[in-house]
Amino acid sequence: MTSVTNGGSMSERPRPLEITDPVTITVDGRSVEVQRGELLIDACERNDAYIPRFCYHPRMEPVGMCRMCLVEVDTGRGPALQPSCMIPTAADMVVSTTSDLVAKAQDGVLEFLLANHPLDCPVCDKGGECPLQDQTMSYGPGESRWVEEKRHYEKPIEISPLVLLDRERCILCDRCTRFASEVTDDPLIHFINRGSNTEVNTFPGDPFSSYFSGNTVQICPVGALTATPYRFRARPWDLERTESTCTVCSVGCRVTLESSRDRLLRINGVDSDPVNWSWLCDAGRFSFEATNSKDRLTDPLHRRSDGSFDPIRWSEALAAVADVLASTAPERLAVLGGARLTDEAAFAWASLAKGVVGTDHVDAQLGDGLPADVFDLPGASIDDVCRPGGTVIYMGPDPKEELPVLFLRLKHAAVRDRVRIVEVTPTATSLSLYAAASVHPRPGELAAVAGVLAGASIPDDGVAGVDAEHLRSALSVLSDADGPLTVVLGRANLAESGAVVLAAAAQLAGLPDVSFLPVVRRGNVRGAVAAGLTPGRLPGGGRLDSDTHWSSVWPTFPAAPGADALGILSAAAAGEISTLVLLGADPLSDAPDRALAERALERVETIIALDAFEQPSVARAHIVLPVAMPGEVDGTTTNAEGRVSRVRAKVTPPGTARPDWIVAVELARRLGAEWQAGTAEELRNELVAGSPRLSGTEWSVVDAATDGVLVDLSAGTFDPGPPPPVPQVDSYSLRLVLTRELYDHGEMLERSESLVGLSRTPTVGISTGDAERLGVTSGTPLVVRGERWSITLPARVSTGVPRGSAHLVHRLADSDPIALLDSGELACDVRVELA
Amino acid sequence: MPRFTPDNETIARNIVERYPLPKSATIPLCHLAQEQDGYLTTDAMEHVAELVGCTPAEVLGTASFYEMFKLHPVGRYCLNICTNISCRIVGARELLEHAEGRLGVRAGGTTADGTITLEDVECIAACTEAPALQVNYRYVERVDVEALDALIDDLRSGTGRAEEFPPHGTLGLIRQDLAPGDLANVTPPEDQTEPVWFSRNATTDSEEGAS
Repeated sequence: MTSVTNGGSMSERPRPLEITDPVTITVDGRSVEVQRGELLIDACERNDAYIPRFCYHPRMEPVGMCRMCLVEVDTGRGPALQPSCMIPTAADMVVSTTSDLVAKAQDGVLEFLLANHPLDCPVCDKGGECPLQDQTMSYGPGESRWVEEKRHYEKPIEISPLVLLDRERCILCDRCTRFASEVTDDPLIHFINRGSNTEVNTFPGDPFSSYFSGNTVQICPVGALTATPYRFRARPWDLERTESTCTVCSVGCRVTLESSRDRLLRINGVDSDPVNWSWLCDAGRFSFEATNSKDRLTDPLHRRSDGSFDPIRWSEALAAVADVLASTAPERLAVLGGARLTDEAAFAWASLAKGVVGTDHVDAQLGDGLPADVFDLPGASIDDVCRPGGTVIYMGPDPKEELPVLFLRLKHAAVRDRVRIVEVTPTATSLSLYAAASVHPRPGELAAVAGVLAGASIPDDGVAGVDAEHLRSALSVLSDADGPLTVVLGRANLAESGAVVLAAAAQLAGLPDVSFLPVVRRGNVRGAVAAGLTPGRLPGGGRLDSDTHWSSVWPTFPAAPGADALGILSAAAAGEISTLVLLGADPLSDAPDRALAERALERVETIIALDAFEQPSVARAHIVLPVAMPGEVDGTTTNAEGRVSRVRAKVTPPGTARPDWIVAVELARRLGAEWQAGTAEELRNELVAGSPRLSGTEWSVVDAATDGVLVDLSAGTFDPGPPPPVPQVDSYSLRLVLTRELYDHGEMLERSESLVGLSRTPTVGISTGDAERLGVTSGTPLVVRGERWSITLPARVSTGVPRGSAHLVHRLADSDPIALLDSGELACDVRVELA
Repeated sequence: MPRFTPDNETIARNIVERYPLPKSATIPLCHLAQEQDGYLTTDAMEHVAELVGCTPAEVLGTASFYEMFKLHPVGRYCLNICTNISCRIVGARELLEHAEGRLGVRAGGTTADGTITLEDVECIAACTEAPALQVNYRYVERVDVEALDALIDDLRSGTGRAEEFPPHGTLGLIRQDLAPGDLANVTPPEDQTEPVWFSRNATTDSEEGAS
């Protein structure tokens, strides 16, 4: 019998399993050893007896809805048909997956399923990759006895802006509804009218607006659920696929890139056990549309004296850039950005800046992330954080907004694996519901709460605006811990300096056997830092002053440690930087000090931008080099854990755009360096050869590893420096909490036509106490006034915002509250008044 | 479209209190909403979802399973004529046809004045009293055409037998009202111990496996 797979074997395969309690069962006459209690359907698949199924999904609880997986099981009482997805294995089971009775059952189940299922496969989007179609061909009846009229429904109905439902195709397998309630806890779709008219639907006027809605399309075993970006764009047999890694955030989910006629059309999740379990968020799944955007930069541009851009040839552009680099004194040249790059491109640019030009003014982040020192803390992988029975201190951004698939993993860990989460965040987050304890310290005073968690005594009136009772309940969770303790560390609040987070980490680093998962939002910050795109560090993470390798390989070497992004912008504003290279960075939009970024870009003589889009900062550049985007570049990327995995090119970049690393290598040659590297592979191996901590991540190893390769996570020399002072509380002001949301007006989402318009309307969140004091309710317009800027927004009164804080969101609209920030301050105070 | 009135919201909160898990109160609250409005409105389902802490889709999924929850407006009286075997052989079909002609609506429809919704239902467990029908789920037995006409006249005029039937949605005229402290034998699931047979079976299983 033909073996068929369910929706692509890369996304659905039995979970990896170590057999600790073996039992012997007989499958189709063969004696095999399986884990006691694992589901029969998985045990058989692992032993080369694939059982057809529709409703069973290895990452969700079995429900036995579809009956397609019926097999004959004999446990001593004679053989009987049993649904193999509901039967745990036990010793001496005798299983037949191919007997005549099983074949008849499969035949019958399929005839039932097809009774009301339209037979219009040629016009169905799923045709060609449809489990129902495939299994009907393999196991089903040749003909139907059904002669009556089939069901008809209005088609399609929009269950969310991204997902469409054709109800007549649905076979009621419960996969999408189970996903919504079990995996994401967004049960906004449900079986309605249960009985002979059961259908999947939403509540009227309450769409399935989950950040994870695209997964339901991926797991639908028929053509009932389709995604608007892909619906009727291609046939499965015209698609070419390659496995890659998503770089939209730093979780690094494994994906397949699927293209037709050199155009990316779809991204699906791959089941990577240590990372994403086959799930993706909708931003990761659908923002590839930006790759196909008409706004892509396609040719190098040169600014004319009147301010407009002229397209020029690459040879001219590179010669012009090389001239600028050669004529700038090393200490007057700075490079910003690089989190969008592959590891190899980051290494190429780090080598160019530090080893050829000789400047250390290089930073992959824009002052909106964490200092690179966090990567010296003892590291934890996502699996370490989610290990059953463990305890987690979550001190980062709202995971559902910034690291969506990590949210799914943490939620699963808390709900299913007894992981206890102590949430230390500026406001309530999506994780609060699952946390064993939540405390919301006043921005700027995170370290004081971390100190309490690490053992400092609790004053009666509490710490950092958190009362003593809440601190004690958080502390009791930690003292009850008997499993591993991990800390998820990130920049929850853009209005709170990264130095404050670092000081908090320093406090927690004193806890016994603690390890850290540093989460930074952008895709490849960790890889860029490991490749040397951060001040004071070299490729491989070593410090500038204790180098033993790169100074001997590179033609030049930085004379002194450089400045970080905010330092670079300050220096530029003071006229100390004459050439600024932007590697996909947009300081005008993202630096947590817009006035400073404005002054810096004003003052710099030459701005060279490598970008895919004309972002606000790129519009100020003098030379613009168009570069390739994810899906167009071969290389590797490193996620927040330190997991190095391959990204692959599937389509060609538009126009003459090219990968960033080629630009760096070409420029290095033009500046006279003898650099042999001519491929991403050679760059990777050059990087690994000089970086002991990256050993084991050679190109060939990473290329062969579906789940990527973890770098050495043992602690480096962690030196947080002196703790920053605690900012004074001004009782007339509210302290600003500036967070990010998944759907914002960032350059990728703005250019993904399906995702435009999904961002929320900006509001200012205040506590119920402050709302009473001001006499306002949700919707009342309020002025948020800072020293530099002010904005009027409707109030959102919420119990999730602590008293004394005002919660705003970055980049939801053109007028962006990031303009309130002053990078010279550790926290930002604002006045909130009636408009 | 209405949510719960303040009085009913108080009752609803009391009902939620009676259960170890708030979600268990979904069906009682749907009844309460139907009692208030005669049918289950969209707003009421949203309000139920808020009170029991789930999504409106889950409330709709539950409510739409049950015939007796009406998701669209119905008349003051639901006239359910049984047309299952016992009633049919003594003339239920004729009764239904007569009612359709008399009311001017097909089974499933509501009269223009909003008084009566006529329904054709399966067995209502009154076979010994066939043919039987229900008005708002209260039985009227051994019905013939004349009795049906008289009943319809009463229901339309609101006199005579009409007084036996409270408006559609009313479950009972006496409300059970338990003070939150008066609950007995309610153990939250997380505090429940395993039944004895549960662990005994588990032991037997593993012994079998080991042999």
